[in-house]
Amino acid sequence: MIFLTTLIGVGQGLFLALFSAQAYGMAKILPVQSNEFFATGGLIALLFLLGGLFAAVFHLGKPSYFITRAWRGMTQWRTSWLSRELIAMPIMIGLTFIYMVVYHFGLDADLYGWGVPGQLPLTVGIATTVAAIALFICTGMIYAAVKFLQEWACALTPVNYFLLGTASGFTLATAYAAAYGDGLVQFFGNWAIVLTLAGLITRAASLFRNSRIKRKSSVQTAIGVRHTKVQQKSMGMMGGSYNTREYFHGKTAAFLKSVKWIFLALTFALPLFLLWVGLVMGDNGLFLLAFIFQYVGLLFERWFFFAQANHPQNLYYQVVG
Amino acid sequence: MTQLALVIDLNVCVGCHACVTSCKQWNTSGQAGPMFDDRPYGENPTGTFFNRVQTYEVGEFPCTETVHFPKSCLHCEDAPCVPVCPTGASYKRKEDGIVLVDYDKCIGCKYCSWACPYGAREFDENQKVMKKCTLCVDRIYDESIPEDRRKPACVISCPTSARLFGDVHDPDSEVSIAIRENGGYQLMPEWGTKPANHYLPRRKTKMHIHEDELTRADNPLKKEDIRHETSKDTTLDDWLM
Repeated sequence: MIFLTTLIGVGQGLFLALFSAQAYGMAKILPVQSNEFFATGGLIALLFLLGGLFAAVFHLGKPSYFITRAWRGMTQWRTSWLSRELIAMPIMIGLTFIYMVVYHFGLDADLYGWGVPGQLPLTVGIATTVAAIALFICTGMIYAAVKFLQEWACALTPVNYFLLGTASGFTLATAYAAAYGDGLVQFFGNWAIVLTLAGLITRAASLFRNSRIKRKSSVQTAIGVRHTKVQQKSMGMMGGSYNTREYFHGKTAAFLKSVKWIFLALTFALPLFLLWVGLVMGDNGLFLLAFIFQYVGLLFERWFFFAQANHPQNLYYQVVG
Repeated sequence: MTQLALVIDLNVCVGCHACVTSCKQWNTSGQAGPMFDDRPYGENPTGTFFNRVQTYEVGEFPCTETVHFPKSCLHCEDAPCVPVCPTGASYKRKEDGIVLVDYDKCIGCKYCSWACPYGAREFDENQKVMKKCTLCVDRIYDESIPEDRRKPACVISCPTSARLFGDVHDPDSEVSIAIRENGGYQLMPEWGTKPANHYLPRRKTKMHIHEDELTRADNPLKKEDIRHETSKDTTLDDWLM
């Protein structure tokens, strides 16, 4: 899940960066880019999305379920955010592929009779943008929709998925534009800084919120005994089980705390510094470094996100014996 | 509408784990295939169980009491595990309210287990699908079994009859009467899942002893009588002492 959510986040973010450059170019606010710039950028975004899909396959019970059973995963879109994500993801991947093809072959058509070029790429771009945002919402809502995981059940969860994904995508776009020798470095770099700062604010807000959660469930509500002193003596087994392994990371609070500072430094502080220095000094090598640090930071951030969730089922599994 | 469920009397459960073993036996021999059990006598034994008996100590020494607490899937009326399933493998039967997993549709994404606050679902590490209590759906409708034994295996095996089984929506059923008359309650009501399974609380048995019951008002056998003199004659009293 860590690789899946971070990789598709970069892919979606990079696409949104490309589309914003395309839209600004059409509005003549920024210089119009070559077709190859968008085609290659689309390919990079596609590779990240496919990497996420690859990670998703290994999240299933058996990888073979991907071929035999995963199609059923789209059937429950009325109720399940996971089902909705499973629909949004291939749409996003397919549209990114079409976007890449349209630009690579320089396809265009006067769809709306405006008489200006770039109407077909714009239409595909808008559709892909909608798909990217929808996918961000689905991914975030998978976690935010589980109401008793109080760390996740909050509007900040999808907001963070969106902002952290776009921030890493724009940082990669900055590095890409710099490597391409393109005039968009300042545009992407400034947006990368803005998005990383915004992500820092909302992620810090969720950390602040989660540190002062009032638990709704207690061992008293779990077994329905009203007494202030209730202690588990046996969880009904001597060995472990799925319930003891799946919902607790087994790490100490000090470890968790150090991961928090690592991800805050790697995801936000260091990339912000590197982006800023790179933009001021014009050192293009720093942008790729900023992206690598930010991506590694996001791996820590996602691990922390999952580890921080305190599942009420753990109330039933406190003591071996 | 029928809602089958278990009602578990915590006042009676002695924590013998008979329900755990009979559940494992019945369901591991069933048509869905065995529930895995790895290294049962080795290090780190692990396996799938639909039912666990946990033990809690309530109060502070020396005023403590032990509560044995069996827990399986509660077959919630508003089951949070069902809507999150992306494949429809997890479903709640309309006809009797049993929550089931279709093992042939499950992709093992584990989302349903994260959506269950009770930890009632266990992932089968060998079949790579999610499993849970079926309320012995393959037993309670089996007409080859004598009618009075068409109950979940745990209910049949409980030596103290701590488990009742029936339709909690039928006000005249044994389970509804037990819930009504003994203050039956649900687990974690704060999440609004409306578990169908109920628990009957532990009850205190009290006895009032009046002072006149501590001293003998009359003493037909004259046990505390002080013998004054012994006569040479044997009296009835001597025989009685």
